[in-house]
Amino acid sequence: MAMWPLIRLLPKKTNLTYVKFAGVAAFLSIAAVAASFVSMFTAGFQSNPIAIYQQAEGTPVARIGAVMERGFNLGIDFRGGTSLLIEAAGPIDQQALTALARSAQEGDIQVQNTTCRPTNAPPYCAFLNFETSPNQAETVEEIRRGLPGVADEARIARTDSVSATVSEELFTGGLIALGLAILLMLVYIWFRFEWQFGLGGVIALFHDVILTLGLFSIFRFEFTLTIIAALLTIIGYSMNDTVVVFDRIRENLRKYKKMPLGDLIDLSLNETLSRTIITGCTALFALVGLLFLGGEALSGFAIAMIFGIIVGTYSSLYVAAPAILIWGVKRGREGEKREAPQTAGS
Amino acid sequence: MLQIARWRIILVAVVTVMGLVFAFPNFIPERVRESLPSFLPHQAINLGLDLQGGSQLLLEVDVATLQRQQLDNIADQMAAALRDAEPRISYTGRGVVGDAARVRLVDPTQMERAQRALQPLARSTTGPGEVVTFTASADGLIEARIPPAQLSELSRQAAQQSIEVIRRRIDPTGTAEVTIQRQGDRRIVVQAPGVSDPEQLKERIGQTALMTFHLVREVSPQEAAAGTLPPGTMVVGPYPEIGDSTEVVERRPRLTGEHLTRANPSTDPQTGEFVLSFQLDTEGSHRFCRITREYVNQRFAILLDNQVLTAPRINEPICGGSGQISGNFTAQSATDLAVMLRAGALPAPLEVIEERTVDASLGRQAIESGTTASIIGGIVTLVFMVLAYGLFGLFACLALIVNGLLIVGAMSMIGAALTLPGIAGLILTIAMAVDANVLIYERMREEAAAGRGPAMAIDAGFSRAMITIIDANLTTILAALILFQFGAGPVRGFAWTLSIGVITSVFTAVMVTQLLIAMWFRAARPKQLPI
Repeated sequence: MAMWPLIRLLPKKTNLTYVKFAGVAAFLSIAAVAASFVSMFTAGFQSNPIAIYQQAEGTPVARIGAVMERGFNLGIDFRGGTSLLIEAAGPIDQQALTALARSAQEGDIQVQNTTCRPTNAPPYCAFLNFETSPNQAETVEEIRRGLPGVADEARIARTDSVSATVSEELFTGGLIALGLAILLMLVYIWFRFEWQFGLGGVIALFHDVILTLGLFSIFRFEFTLTIIAALLTIIGYSMNDTVVVFDRIRENLRKYKKMPLGDLIDLSLNETLSRTIITGCTALFALVGLLFLGGEALSGFAIAMIFGIIVGTYSSLYVAAPAILIWGVKRGREGEKREAPQTAGS
Repeated sequence: MLQIARWRIILVAVVTVMGLVFAFPNFIPERVRESLPSFLPHQAINLGLDLQGGSQLLLEVDVATLQRQQLDNIADQMAAALRDAEPRISYTGRGVVGDAARVRLVDPTQMERAQRALQPLARSTTGPGEVVTFTASADGLIEARIPPAQLSELSRQAAQQSIEVIRRRIDPTGTAEVTIQRQGDRRIVVQAPGVSDPEQLKERIGQTALMTFHLVREVSPQEAAAGTLPPGTMVVGPYPEIGDSTEVVERRPRLTGEHLTRANPSTDPQTGEFVLSFQLDTEGSHRFCRITREYVNQRFAILLDNQVLTAPRINEPICGGSGQISGNFTAQSATDLAVMLRAGALPAPLEVIEERTVDASLGRQAIESGTTASIIGGIVTLVFMVLAYGLFGLFACLALIVNGLLIVGAMSMIGAALTLPGIAGLILTIAMAVDANVLIYERMREEAAAGRGPAMAIDAGFSRAMITIIDANLTTILAALILFQFGAGPVRGFAWTLSIGVITSVFTAVMVTQLLIAMWFRAARPKQLPI
């Protein structure tokens, strides 16, 4: 009937064994999670956490916070300060820009060349970041006046200025949002399945979030508000993936009452593998497009999402499902009783 | 069953047409949009500031200063209440220390009477609840504090009043698309599309409302229009909504608002109109008296921010230091104006705690690249689906196109702002929208492989995949809900597109595809499943 041979990414029936490799996967995952944590506490393997801790002031919690802050290349959303995006028709002389900023403003100044990814119009861009000063207006005005000396047709295309109050709120707000999302997922899965599934799913979520955080910490990608949005979406996506697998496990639990749990998990994963890969692929296609065409502002988001989708898919297969094995599942009469009303309801 | 209930066909048709109607304004130029008949929706997608360019400021009421001002007031009231008590209660050390206004009784034994005298202050005149709490100590010290609930109520009021003041400053004519909203108890968000210089915006917000009194020079309108003004004069326009005349006045003010001690809204006992009554300090009264005596029968203009509130004729010298300003006041505008005059500018100082500006050309670039990325993402997905599932893939593509239409329509209808992260959400949604189709089709393949006939396989594919689809998509909705709570501005735009996209994609993937497949099945009667 079909006019062309349909692409099948996989043979009709796969017999991959996941559970057998769960030990290896667990080892890899634990190593990766550990590396992420080490990076978060050492500012990307560059400094000694104890030294930062001792230098920081305040309560132990605040000091640990200071250590964690160094762990990321925080954007001004979370660090506070002012960031100017400068666009120019000619190359931007970093040193001249730094000198200009220094003449207008004391304190910490960062200049960072960046690509204006939407490829049309001014091809040269740079970020100029500095601490917000009390006479902000004059500082910005002075920089604006001095810009023609730095590059051809240079102008300020974007200004972001965030005070310490707001950046702290955004930081804690972001952490709370992530925690709340994971908690909600736990409750949801628990409610829809069994608590063993909930725990398995949540372990996978922590895994995904921590590894994505680790990626940003190790490679020093800028960590902004958009990245929090990406993390929440990764949580949604990974959970989505996990739920599809769990759903199949639940179905097979009813179908094959005698099959050993390990085999049953393998079977369920194989049955859903095709879907897992196809959906992952379409998402990745779109995100790769976004990475190359979406411009500077969205590249971080695209990077986070691409990594998160790959890790999320892996974790659904090798973390969430095998985790169920640790606690086992109640099978037989009691399990059926619990699920009976759900079948009737759906 | 491949029999599709009639209500489902109608539902799909109605929703699709609605989507088309609401999405339509986005695809035509603005001028054509204006001329559409009025029963059609005109609303195109509302672009966020990061896409259309503009400035956003987040302002916060300086609560410490507000509290201090309030405590000063309370200290005055306490002193007055003790003085007015019968017999008078003597006190010393009136003042504000930390978060408390305090007085110390000279004779601590009078504490009970003092407390009774102060009691009326504790209650609010307008609502229930305590506005001040008193603590007394045995040595005669009485401290008054503002309860936290009252303090946040005060800052909420201050924020609310500030919104009016700010609107007049940055958008006096009410034409610009400036949105000014209160956020939480003590914050105000100002969004000004198209304003690329936030400094100018901040300056206008921070300026004080200056009231000045000028003498009017009677110049004929022709002369004024010809630009032949007498030296030292200027033309001033009417204050929006309140003033009604353009006047030629002396450039130098005869009196300024710094001599103003009080401004209240009231009504004129004779005409019943709303007026603004004011009180001048001693020096101001002297000057006002002198001017009005000297220029009797001439007109003087009262200007606010160099715009004419009113220009009455001086009928007789005014020497009492108080007066009334009449104009086209309403109860609200008289109150607002009194607030502005009283506090100089704003009821409490405002601090800029967040500021974002995007240049319009940058926003345009973002839209262009976002659109390109969306289209390419969409095309890749469509091609992939057709390659993977053939005819059924084509059905999924049709569903996806309807989905895109519904998202655009829903966004236009709700008026939610599309932001740059929102575009990312859109692209992600397009890719994820096919997930439901993939789930269904994979299930059909399995069922067919298990030896079921095509009708049974299709049916089972839909019904079995349904549970999974709902479970899986609810998780994404949960994540999006949290984004709403947490996110401000651009992130909220992302949450909007994501949650709208999830809902529409489940609808189209399930309902639309099912309809298409059922129609095809009835026409083709295939012996074998084409996937």
